[in-house]
This record gives sequence, C-alpha cells and structure tokens, in this order.
Amino acid sequence: MNLKNQFKEGLLTKNPVTVQLLGMCSTMAITTMLFNGVGMGLSVIIILTCSNIVISLLRKVIPPKIRIACYIVVIAGFVTIVDLLMQAYLPSLSESLGVFIPLIVVNCIILGRAEAFASKNGVLASALDGIFQGIGFTVALVIMCVVREFLGNGTILGGFAFINNGGGIRILPEMYPALLVVLPVGGFLTLGCLIAASQWLMQRIERKEREKEGAA
Amino acid sequence: MTLFTSLVTISLGAILVNNFILAQFLGICPFMGVSQKTSTALGMGLAVTFVMGIASAVTWAVNTYVLVPWELEYMQTVAFILVIAALVQFVEMFLQKVVPALYQALGIYLPLITTNCAVLGVALLNIQNNYSFIEALVYGITGGLGFLVAIFLFASIREHTEDAECPKSFKGFPIALISAGLLALAFMGFSGMKFFG
Repeated sequence: MNLKNQFKEGLLTKNPVTVQLLGMCSTMAITTMLFNGVGMGLSVIIILTCSNIVISLLRKVIPPKIRIACYIVVIAGFVTIVDLLMQAYLPSLSESLGVFIPLIVVNCIILGRAEAFASKNGVLASALDGIFQGIGFTVALVIMCVVREFLGNGTILGGFAFINNGGGIRILPEMYPALLVVLPVGGFLTLGCLIAASQWLMQRIERKEREKEGAA
Repeated sequence: MTLFTSLVTISLGAILVNNFILAQFLGICPFMGVSQKTSTALGMGLAVTFVMGIASAVTWAVNTYVLVPWELEYMQTVAFILVIAALVQFVEMFLQKVVPALYQALGIYLPLITTNCAVLGVALLNIQNNYSFIEALVYGITGGLGFLVAIFLFASIREHTEDAECPKSFKGFPIALISAGLLALAFMGFSGMKFFG
C-alpha cells in the first residue's frame, strides 16, 4: 500500500473536484462562507470514510447486479445520521447548508468512490481512500470559500460564531466587494478558474518531471 | 392567493427565476456531462422533466400517507432515494414495453437520473415548502422544464465554443464552466421579477 501516492492522488492528481469533476453541485452552492465549506467538507469526509469501510466490508456479499442500490442505501443511512446529528448539535450550520446535507446522498463523489475503489479494495485502503478523497474535496471547497467570501463579501473566516459573532474579519470596506461573486454566477466562474489553475499546476509538474528525466 | 396564481408563480419561478441549475445548483453533473450536443441535451432534459414530475407526485404521497402518519419523517432521505431509484427503474421498464420509440430516445439517460440531485432536491423542497399535491406536481414538472431550457441553451453555446481558441489551461471543462456562469448571469436578469404583486 502506498500511502503517499494515495494522498497525492486525493489532493491533486485525482482531486474529486478539480480533476474527477464530481460533486459540483455542493461545491458551487454552499461555498460562500468559510464555515459552510469546512462543515460540508467534514461531513463528506465522515460519510465517505464510513460508507467506504462498510461497502468494502460487504463487497463480497453484495450481488453485483443490485450493487448500486445497495451502495445508495448504505450511503443514505450515514447521511441521515450526520444530518440528524448536525440538526441537534450545529443547528446554524444545518440551516445554512439546508437541502445540500440530505443531497450528499446523490453526491457523485461518494457513489463514485464506492464503485471505483471500495468495491475492489480492502477495508484499510478504502478507509484511507475515503479520508484522502474527502480531504481533497474539503481543500477545494475551502479555496472556493476563501476566494468567494473575500471577493464577494470582503471578509475572511466568516460564519464561525467565535470570530466577530459569525461576521468574519472584514478586509475590504463594505463598499468595494463584488456581490456577484457570492451569487450563483460567481460559483461557476470561480470553479472554472480553480480547475484551470489546477490544470496549469499539473501541466507544470509534468513538464518539470519530464525535464528531470531528460537531464538524468 | 388562489390556486391558479400560486401555480403560475411556482411555474415561472421554477423555470426562470429560481432555475434549478443556474440559480439553485441542483443537477450540475448531468448539466455539464451531457451537454456536448443539442440532441442529447434535449433527450436528457426531457427524461429529467418526466422523472421529476412523477417523482414529485410519488414522494409527496409517500411522505403524506406513510412517513407523516407513522412519524418517520427522519427517514425522508432514505425513503425518497429508494422511491426515486425504484421509480426510475420502473419508468425504464414501462417505456421499453409500451413506448419503445420514446425508450430508444431516452434509454441511456434514464439510469443516470437516479443520481441527479435535481430529482431528490425537488422531492425535498416540496416537503420543505409545504406544497399541496398539485403544487408539488407542478413544481416538479416546471423545475424539469427549467432544467430542459438551461441544458438546451448551454448545449447550443457549447457546440459553438468548442473549436474556439482559449488559453491552454482553460481548455475543456474550465471554459465550459465559464460559459455556464455567463448563462447564469443572463438568467439573473429574471430575479426580482414579481408576479401578481
């Protein structure tokens, strides 16, 4: 098992958002404040890891013909648990994420990892895959949140109750921010730029590696 | 508000103002995935409209007559996704048997719809908004029509921009997302519109 490789895949070369282009609905919809992004990212890490473990454990029992339905039931179970826990202990987060928490069920990242990884690999590897892919998702969300919150609202670290009562730290004076960026339009544009940036980064890394090989 | 005005408000809202894709971010995956050609986009849009209409009606009934009387509301997510998965399977078999021409046209898109968040989204929103049966049905169908309009427009744009030159890092997906953003910007023109005062 190569831990380092899996980590790199989750974070950059096979990042669920920027490379596999999965789970775009929640990526664009909720990334207007850092708190939302972190909350969503953590929920997805928990659900993805748990469902990967269970599906990997059951991979020899589930009949191949109805496997998708079985995966969905497992995932929906964990989503319901997280949804109820969040309603009980973090009502404000639950309110601002709204319908997108139950919609994690149909977030393609989770079903995609179940089908592509957990159904073929052992429990430990699947759990790690869940954690790393989840971290990759969270990192993408956090970047989107920071950019959109800063440009669109002029603040950073918004939504955390202990910082300025949820208002975040204001950097740009209230007149300057472009409200457009926190509106749906901004979601599409920011994600487009983020994917372009990650493609640029990967092309660069590839070129450097090639140069290294050429030199050696 | 009479039933008629409420239905008109819901319909126009779902198609234009709160378009499922461009304003609410529901159903982005098929929107990006199946929009290279206008013909396939049209097929996908029709299939989604069809399933969203039926799913709204069925999930509303399941919620009102099964989940609420037995106080099982916390099982909504699980129940709805199972209903939708079963429904999609059923619709597929039904079409194959009864309307083979339509099945041929929609065939490959139907299974994909199970994991379309617009379908589960409309079911959950119907309950959140306390819609009556008719309202839920109309919201489902018009929400699907909104999806159809958006994906069809987007596919037409994409067909034209595909060969256009753009910076290397933006090739492919990023530029498609930017076009979608501009489309969303155009649809923002509808927001703030008020119907019947």
